Amino acid sequence: MRIAGVDLPSQKKLEVALTYLYGIGKTLAKEILEACQLSPDLRVRDVNDEQSMRLRQYIEQKYLIESDLKRVESMNIKRLMDIGCYRGRRHRALLPVRGQRTRSNARTRRGAKKTVAGKKLAK
Amino acid sequence: MSRSVKKGAYVHVRLLKKIERLNQKGEKQIIKTWARSSTIVPAMVGHTLAVYNGKTHIPVFITDALVGHKLGEFAPTRNFRSHVKGDRKIRKSI
Repeated sequence: MRIAGVDLPSQKKLEVALTYLYGIGKTLAKEILEACQLSPDLRVRDVNDEQSMRLRQYIEQKYLIESDLKRVESMNIKRLMDIGCYRGRRHRALLPVRGQRTRSNARTRRGAKKTVAGKKLAK
Repeated sequence: MSRSVKKGAYVHVRLLKKIERLNQKGEKQIIKTWARSSTIVPAMVGHTLAVYNGKTHIPVFITDALVGHKLGEFAPTRNFRSHVKGDRKIRKSI
């Protein structure tokens, strides 16, 4: 079954398979299945055409997923960078945006460690 | 936790008064302000406010994209100039 250009793994339960879509986590997957009146325990390969149509239509008209969502996210970040506010400057510098410490850690944003030669650790 | 809707956005009262006076007269002039925590409201659009960053006043031209942000977001308080690279003497002396 394909939704928004993504193949859902056929051996998995719907509840889990939906989380393969960018923008849908477990909570949203449960809500969607309840709204479409499908069992979360149904395997993807056992979903018939009518059900998959229902699911696909519901998701596509109600939620932003995959590339649409990614586009909106990057536009939001671009807006922050364009107006030159604090958060935008943090994004530009690839540093944490929400006030986290940067003396140590912050490795997710800053990337892998770069060792500086000759820098003494403890003074 | 976000601020109660009932109170509305925080805007420095005297700053808002000054701007409204300018709006009535239809004048534009740079207003120095220390109210970094003040929200930017639509009334300020088109004005230039000089926001204090602890040292000097940084001129900020208010456009409607800035509405809803705080004045302080546009006047950085820290000025990071990159670390010294490849200077052997400095490295040894540390």
